[in-house]
Amino acid sequence: MHNSIVLVKQVPDTSNISGKVMKDDGTVNRSKLSAIFNFEDKVALEFALQIKDECGGKVTAVTMGPPRASDILRECLYMGADEAFLITDRKFAGADTLATSYVLAEAIKKIGSYSFIFAGRQAIDGDTAQVGPQTAEKLNIPQITYAEEIIGVSDDRVKVKKKIDGGFEILESRLPVMITVLKDAAQPRPFSAKRVMAYKGAKSLLELEKMAEGNSLLYVDKLVYEYKNRSLFIPTLTAEDLQIDFARCGVKGSPTKVYAIESVVLSGNDPERIENSRQGMNSLIDKLLEDRILG
Amino acid sequence: MPNFFIDNPDIQFHFTNIDLKEVVSLMEDDYEQSKEFNYAPINYEDAQENYRKVLEVTGDIAGNYVAPRSAGIDHDGATFSEGKVTYAEGTQHNMHELSQTDLMGLILPRKYGGLNFPFVYYMMSVEVMARADASLMNIFGLQDIGDTIRKFGNEDQRLEFLPKMATGEHTGAMVLTEPDAGSDLQAVKMHAYQNDQGQWLLRGVKRFITNGNAQVLLVLARSEAGTKDGRGLSLFVCNGGPTVVIRRIENKLGIHGSPTCEMQFNDTPAQLVGVRRYGLIKYVLDLMFRARMGVSGQALGISQAAYEEALKYARARRQFGKAIAEIPMVSNMLIDMRVMLESNRSLFYSVAKWVDEKERIDDQIEKLKAEGKSTVEETARLKQLTKIANLLTPITKYTLTESANKITYDALQIHGGTGYMKEFRVEQLARDARITNIYEGTSQLQIVAAAGGTINDVLGYHFDECETKVYKGGLTKLSDHLKEIRQLFLQSLKYVVEKKDIGFQEVASIDLVQMYSYLYIGYLLLAEAEIEPRKVFIANRYIVHSLANARKNSEAIRSELFGDLLHADKILQ
Repeated sequence: MHNSIVLVKQVPDTSNISGKVMKDDGTVNRSKLSAIFNFEDKVALEFALQIKDECGGKVTAVTMGPPRASDILRECLYMGADEAFLITDRKFAGADTLATSYVLAEAIKKIGSYSFIFAGRQAIDGDTAQVGPQTAEKLNIPQITYAEEIIGVSDDRVKVKKKIDGGFEILESRLPVMITVLKDAAQPRPFSAKRVMAYKGAKSLLELEKMAEGNSLLYVDKLVYEYKNRSLFIPTLTAEDLQIDFARCGVKGSPTKVYAIESVVLSGNDPERIENSRQGMNSLIDKLLEDRILG
Repeated sequence: MPNFFIDNPDIQFHFTNIDLKEVVSLMEDDYEQSKEFNYAPINYEDAQENYRKVLEVTGDIAGNYVAPRSAGIDHDGATFSEGKVTYAEGTQHNMHELSQTDLMGLILPRKYGGLNFPFVYYMMSVEVMARADASLMNIFGLQDIGDTIRKFGNEDQRLEFLPKMATGEHTGAMVLTEPDAGSDLQAVKMHAYQNDQGQWLLRGVKRFITNGNAQVLLVLARSEAGTKDGRGLSLFVCNGGPTVVIRRIENKLGIHGSPTCEMQFNDTPAQLVGVRRYGLIKYVLDLMFRARMGVSGQALGISQAAYEEALKYARARRQFGKAIAEIPMVSNMLIDMRVMLESNRSLFYSVAKWVDEKERIDDQIEKLKAEGKSTVEETARLKQLTKIANLLTPITKYTLTESANKITYDALQIHGGTGYMKEFRVEQLARDARITNIYEGTSQLQIVAAAGGTINDVLGYHFDECETKVYKGGLTKLSDHLKEIRQLFLQSLKYVVEKKDIGFQEVASIDLVQMYSYLYIGYLLLAEAEIEPRKVFIANRYIVHSLANARKNSEAIRSELFGDLLHADKILQ
């Protein structure tokens, strides 16, 4: 039995960009973009589900994001996750990778024991590939990034094939471990029709609060009770629930500031033809040394 | 990320406008099932939400998983070696995902692991899936076999066979055809006999069996020794196994992913389904309604794929300084294809709804009988629905499968020389379409099946009603056209009936059935044009075209175009 936690993120659909997508403060204006499930995170979930298929255990998806991130948590349930947590608070807004990994690590401590944490290599909005590794550091567990394949799992160890420049490495790690995966590592399974029908009505606390708008607070409690009973409640954790240092969350806890985004097109000029001869090769090496590309 | 359900506005149109309240309420026992199953709906709106979401899953599988594998499946095909059939690699992946998504049990009841979906949405899934890969439909679309066991088998058989079919672990095959019993199933020879212990055994040869390598085989066999016609045939169910030898699979023009088997049964133990002697005359005929619809859905999916290929190519291909889609003769072909597609889709889902209603009333009667209640009202309704299904399911199969051939042919034509090459998908689609108007009853047999209802003017009351309706604005002209088509039909019918020549009537029934279909489809399109302005274009071209065709049909009959049948010998000398 191996429990897995999967870090997932809702990201702007960068293949459909329109309008003013960056705010003046350099953060992304998410309301201008349609939101999708970060694809590599779906692959991470597929890895976790395969471990569950083989070894048993529980798969828990976790996301930190605004209330509408519940959409991808429902998708996690459709694919086969047993539970899905929404970590959300206004105090978390504007977080960079440092603040995000802090909150995620604290949330994971609350969620329970695990053998694996899976995450996509990186999200298509920030492209940093830092959140997985930083979360592992904060939890003080080993990490394997750029995983292509799980080769074998035992009670306390895992063997993983990891992509490196020009080839691959086979690594073994003790458990628990953080593994970040590449997009071609597996094809995420499609949704199960039964699960789609069963969990389409799953709601986070914030969504239930919205449904209860205009009613008393007691009504929210009643809804939560009812949704929990029908296994349709998406557990929701706020800053308060996590009892964490607010100064390390959100914009306050984020030293990274984006000042501008620019589209840089790399183009070459003055191409030079080098003869396919020993002399030509020598002159190429000299040239590369001169330009400090080699050496 | 193409989703073959979401990206098709016309399917969405039908999804939104089909009212299945009554059907769904009957299927869900007034939504009592939601107490037992967390995926059962709590009311009609919830049910519709379920259907939509599951069709979105189907569209995702079709667009993102199945479609990209189709060319590979066509190339590899199912293979046969040492008595064993192996699906193409792509088909194996497809089946794996269909199982993962629970889509192999769409129409089976929940207690056997199914999703308990109405027939209409099963048909929608078939269309969506066939657009991605026609050959997969021959496995995905055999879910009716499970449904036949549900309807006519006993509870032990249901429990034995259905759960594994619902998970996709087992697939099914309809084992009917024999070398000397193709269109004429009454001639089936496969021998069914009982041994001393009363165990049924099957012996004989079957041919052209789609997915004959399946684990669940529904076999038509002669249980009454000495009989010669359909009344001596019974239906049996059995698993494959060592006594069922697959001798070969066919090397076919299209649908390469679907293995077509020649099978030999060597004293294979089998279970009788339902009652002896009812095999052909009741069970197989009942199955035929749904099987015709399944192949129609397959044809529609292929047509949609071909149309899209043609449109994409015509917009991209430039000749004479412009996209060929802008050349009037080409854009006219594209419009014809589109109108054919949309009018066929209207026919398809309207008839699927009739079949759904018939199926539910059938179930309802069984239920009432078990409770010892009166079924007078329901039986009368069933009789009427059966009459309609007897007429409209063959009309649907005839129309949609002939159209699929026309649409794929034209789509290939629009591609010019490139269309003839393997590099483009349209070549495969044209080959895949070709079987649809042959199997599950040829087009000619569909005409024969629809002729009775047409000659008896089964829908006369319906057309009377339509004629009294006042259509708004420009639609009046079209409704007048339909009235004219009806007059042409009635005059032609009278001519045929009064001629009292069976041979003449058989050939003339092609024209009669066609005219009858123009009326039924025409009125469907008029109703759609009233709720959706864009559909006015579709109704207009369809009805104007149909009027021209109807004049031709009636002229052929009244000028005795085929009066020379009498002299066939001399002409064909």
